[in-house]
This record gives sequence, C-alpha cells and structure tokens, in this order.
Amino acid sequence: MSPTNDMSGVEEFLFEIPSETSAGLKVQETIIQKLQDRGFSERDIFGVRLALEEALVNAIKHGNGSDLSKQVRIEGWVNSDRLRVEIEDEGPGFSVADVPDPTADENLERPSGRGIMLMQAFMNSIEYNDRGNCVILEKQRDGSPDAE
Amino acid sequence: MSAGQRRIVVEEIGEVTVASFTDKKILDEANIQVIGDQLFSLVDEDGRTRIVLDFTHVEYLSSAALGKLITLDKKVKAARGQLRLCAIRPEILEVFEITRLNKLFDIRQTQDDALAGL
Repeated sequence: MSPTNDMSGVEEFLFEIPSETSAGLKVQETIIQKLQDRGFSERDIFGVRLALEEALVNAIKHGNGSDLSKQVRIEGWVNSDRLRVEIEDEGPGFSVADVPDPTADENLERPSGRGIMLMQAFMNSIEYNDRGNCVILEKQRDGSPDAE
Repeated sequence: MSAGQRRIVVEEIGEVTVASFTDKKILDEANIQVIGDQLFSLVDEDGRTRIVLDFTHVEYLSSAALGKLITLDKKVKAARGQLRLCAIRPEILEVFEITRLNKLFDIRQTQDDALAGL
C-alpha cells in the first residue's frame, strides 16, 4: 500500500530475512536510522524501536518458530511525518483476541504476553491481517510542542 | 562479543547485592538469555536474596527482558528475599506502568533509596 497523502520524501523499503533475531535487529536499526535522518523525536524512536523489536520477535519466534528455512518479510514506507511497517511471517497466524490480558491480576506474574500491549501503547495504529500472520504498524511523528 | 561476557556488574554493599546492567539496550534475545542466566545464578548458585537491580545505563528494554525480571522476582520471593529496582529512566518506567508491572515490582528512584532499609 502506498501513502495517500504527503507524497514528498516518501521512501519505501522491503526486507526479507531468515528467522533469526540478529537479522531482525539489523532491519530494526536500518528503519530507526531512517527516522533519525528525518528528525523524529527521541520519544518516537523509543516507541518505534520497542514496537519493531516486539513485532520482529513475534514473527521470528512465535510465527516462524525460529525455523531458518522460513522468511520474515518487512515492507513499508516512511516520510517526514509517518512510518508504516508490515511484518509478515510464514506461520499459521493467531488471533489477538486469544491473547490473555497481561495486566489482569491473575496474569501479572506470567513472564510472557506483553509484546502486543507495548506495540499498542507506543504506536498510533496496530492491525493484523485476517490470517493473523501479518502485523501492520503505523507511527505518526509527534508534532506536539512539548515533543522535545 | 562472547556469550560468556558479563552483562551485569555485581557489587556487594553490606548484605545487599547490587546488580547493574551494562547494556544500553536489553532487546536482543541472545543477550536477554545471558542476562537472565546471570541474574538467576545470583539466587540459584550464590544464594543472594537481597538484590537491587540498577537500571542507570538501560535505555531500552523489551517484553522478553520483563519476563526475565518476573522470573527473578519469583525466585527471590521463593527464597524469602527482597528484590528492588532503581534508577529507571522515565521511558522505561512507562513500560512498567503500561504493563502494570510497577505494581508487581518494588521500584525506587535511586540506588540509595533502594538500599535504604533493605
């Protein structure tokens, strides 16, 4: 999908990586660099880095089961005020509704299950495709006067 | 960087063990595994039960790292000890608040605050 507004300075990207977290980390750094080049705030970058980490680990470990024969596709675009990233694995997919609420008292001591919540908190939009093997993340640049 | 490299610096202050993270980013799965193992060994092998975790250097922390902290907290509680977290920068503190883990962990502002009365 292409951006529908503000076509100025749009950069599209596409990466296909094996299911290993070190490869995911390189993609993460590359995307973060694009935001830094465009002067996104430290706070925006903190949130995007955290969300990308969570999404990539989910795709690599939970989606593809760390199977090196399976790929993760990362596709998206960035312009001066918005980032969009789709991360797709080759797994069977899952339903967000089936993930227990990690903030419920009975789940507070569970060591896992917080990644999706953090993505939701730090990105402006997070959606899944119907199959549940592709997450679409969007971050709007923080333009508020107190962004610094 | 070898997997055996220490990811935490351990210091004894009185009867309290202060463990400081050396990484700015506690994100990578392999690093988190090493950090987890080193933290758990404080309790499981060294028998330390009064522990302060110092986050001064930590700029990023993922949910996988939170999982290790939860497991450490369980181990310390099982040993009837106490675990305190300190010197957490605001962005990271927000991660604890969003996940409500600020209710689970005893979080203090500074290392001195964390050491007081432990």
